Amino acid sequence: MIKVEHLGKHFGKVKAVDDISFEVAEHENMVLLGTSGCGKTTTLKMLNRLIEPTHGKIFINNKNILEQQPEVLRRGIGYVLQNNGLFPHYTIAENIAIVPQLLKWDEKRIQYRVSELLEKLHLSNDYLNVYPNELSGGQQQRVGLARALVADPPVLLMDEPFGALDNVTKAKIHAEFKALDELKRKTIIMVTHDVQEAFELGDRICLMDAGKIVQSGTPADLLLKPKNKFVRDFLNEQRLELEFRAIKPPPPPEGGTFELHGKALPADISLWALLEQLKFTEAEHIAVLDHQHKEIKKLSFDDLMSVFYNYKKEQRHE
Amino acid sequence: MNDQQQTLWQFMQEQSDKLLTQTLEHIGLTFISLFLAVLVGLPLGILIARKRKLSGSVLGVAGVLQTIPSIALLGFMIPLLGIGPKPAIVALLLYALLPIIRNTYTGITGVDSAVKEAATAMGMSKWQILLKVELPLAMPVILAGIRTATVITVGVATLASYIAAGGLGEFIFGGISLNNTNMILAGAIPAALLAIIFDFLLSRVQNLNLKKINTATKVLPLILIVLASLYLIPSAYGSKLTAGFTPEFMGRQDGNLGLKSKYGLKIHTIVISDAVMYKAAYEKQLDVISGYSTDGRLKAYDLVVLKDDKGIFPPYYAAPIVRDESLKQFPELEKTLNLLSGKINDTVMTELNYRTDYLHESPERVAKDFLVAHNLWKPERGGKDGVVRIGSKIFGEQYILANMYSMLIKGYTDYDVSTKTGLGGTKICFDALTNNQIDFYPEYTGTGLLVILQPSIKTINLVETSKEKTYNYDKQEFESRYHIKWLQPIGFNNAYALMMRQKQAKDLHVNTITDLKNYLERK
Repeated sequence: MIKVEHLGKHFGKVKAVDDISFEVAEHENMVLLGTSGCGKTTTLKMLNRLIEPTHGKIFINNKNILEQQPEVLRRGIGYVLQNNGLFPHYTIAENIAIVPQLLKWDEKRIQYRVSELLEKLHLSNDYLNVYPNELSGGQQQRVGLARALVADPPVLLMDEPFGALDNVTKAKIHAEFKALDELKRKTIIMVTHDVQEAFELGDRICLMDAGKIVQSGTPADLLLKPKNKFVRDFLNEQRLELEFRAIKPPPPPEGGTFELHGKALPADISLWALLEQLKFTEAEHIAVLDHQHKEIKKLSFDDLMSVFYNYKKEQRHE
Repeated sequence: MNDQQQTLWQFMQEQSDKLLTQTLEHIGLTFISLFLAVLVGLPLGILIARKRKLSGSVLGVAGVLQTIPSIALLGFMIPLLGIGPKPAIVALLLYALLPIIRNTYTGITGVDSAVKEAATAMGMSKWQILLKVELPLAMPVILAGIRTATVITVGVATLASYIAAGGLGEFIFGGISLNNTNMILAGAIPAALLAIIFDFLLSRVQNLNLKKINTATKVLPLILIVLASLYLIPSAYGSKLTAGFTPEFMGRQDGNLGLKSKYGLKIHTIVISDAVMYKAAYEKQLDVISGYSTDGRLKAYDLVVLKDDKGIFPPYYAAPIVRDESLKQFPELEKTLNLLSGKINDTVMTELNYRTDYLHESPERVAKDFLVAHNLWKPERGGKDGVVRIGSKIFGEQYILANMYSMLIKGYTDYDVSTKTGLGGTKICFDALTNNQIDFYPEYTGTGLLVILQPSIKTINLVETSKEKTYNYDKQEFESRYHIKWLQPIGFNNAYALMMRQKQAKDLHVNTITDLKNYLERK
């Protein structure tokens, strides 16, 4: 879907991005992770040509984007900024409708799409005619997301999208983000410096340092098979939590679910989330159901912990 | 005080049609200039916000323009654009430019970079970003700049009357020259009110929320154009010849009023400052002007004086007028000032004026040459017995006289001298004298009579008939009313005179004011 070859950006003698290559598959959520100044944001902004690369090629859907007209390219790529970048002089409805206006959709279609998105993002229709400064930070960020999604672009670029939010709001939005059906159809590249966020939202993580990609892989790969000391150190602080987040219990059989107090949980839920649920509800067990919704197994706290120990053991043997 | 206000009100009622015309001209002039300034300043501001490297030099140039004194800027415009509305509009435009450019630049560069990045990333073109994002968000700051420019322009527009562009300055400067407080106020109060009203209205627009500002900015250009067009209404005129009269001449019994009542002269008249009037006549922008009979530019620009065949211009013999107290304080003073008495006749004065006004020699040098040639010059004695303060009005002849007196006092007495030259008009000079800011200045008998004393028409007709009668009346009245003494006349008569270009006067066979009137009435 997205293919980057020998991409580089030099500012004078400084190589902000130094000859990197990677690929992102369709509907994949890839996270560019790293400290400030590692080149992750520069990389992201080259993908919609907010920054022009010094060398290298970028293909989206096998088309070289450097040969396209930037304005046309950008209208087909959603973009979410850390400080939302909402137009202060536009109402919420007008803000969301910017790209459709540029694409000259008819008024009715715009209206329908805007209210559809607001509903999906849990924003009341009352907000349509208010101005961004009347909303909370979390609400503004949701509107920013709606604006990026409105024209249903196949690719979404997100630059520290939740960086300005407090932890409670962030956790809530993370949950919504994962649940949003629109996003499941997108190829997403997200920049963050927040390791937890990367592990929570990323299918794959590209850890960058000094303009280069140090290691790229699934969260579990990075955690359990670090390529070098830099990767290990980077993840060390929250290692235990990250491991619990990276490891998943054996999934229920095809079509089945986990269930707790009659509430279904996603099939690919992490160990961490299951432990959280257990603790939160003070229940003893999590039920594993088959496709006919019949309970076939009970998972207790001890069962979950043994999954973790087994996983760690396997890693050590490899 | 009450009495004063009433007479101001009466004056304004009496002159209401003139006041209305001037106010409309003033508003029109202000907004034409402002409109053009926005037309030039806004794109320039946008340009330097795009190409920041240019910002230093563009803002620098606009800043320098702002520091040029307004009268000088108007003066610079005359060789390029002549007189009348054109140079005034250009000068006002240049003044209004800086706040508009600077605020456009500040406003646009101040737009949140995240918002600009979002706009770019959504695929807006540069023009779309400018029109839909940058300008609307910068609008409150840009409006603040336009507001500043408006207030500046309303103020500076009063000076436009110097170069015959009309406006409330006609009353203000006429009033200063004529020692007529009501006339000054009749111009100054409406001008101040205009500034306050426009400032208030624009502050209201500026404080609207962002949404309404967008509507306001669409309506604003229309309002600007409508206001600007006010200027065009009063300028529907036509006449064979054009006269340029000073504001002072316009309001004087021995000026335009006398020309109308005694000669019945009807000529299209514009009001213009003395400083540019002669040149404008020379450059054929004006045909008839109200000059002074000893002015050096008469010679320089090849003008001819029309004979005052009905005798409406009274004699204007120049003599120093001194405070009685100063004469007591400086016992030597009277004797010293009288050294010049009878030494300078009309021809000599015209010649001296020619040297300063046209050959651009310094008044100091001209004064010294004259004194040396007449064996009056003595080296300085390094005065230690107090300081005599000399005043002068703001034209060449007065500078020369002030310099001569200065040299005489330094050479013949032990007093030192400080000169306060260039005191605007008669009113400013005379007020300085009565308020003990200066000790003496050269005044003219006719001015003393008509501008300062302002007696009844009957008295004027009585004393105007000879130079001695005027002088004696002035001397007696000044002494009793103000304790100011008229010393002996210097000799020359600097009276008002109507003048034309020599060639034109010859072609049209105009020698006297009556000839001029007859020529104008011929169809």
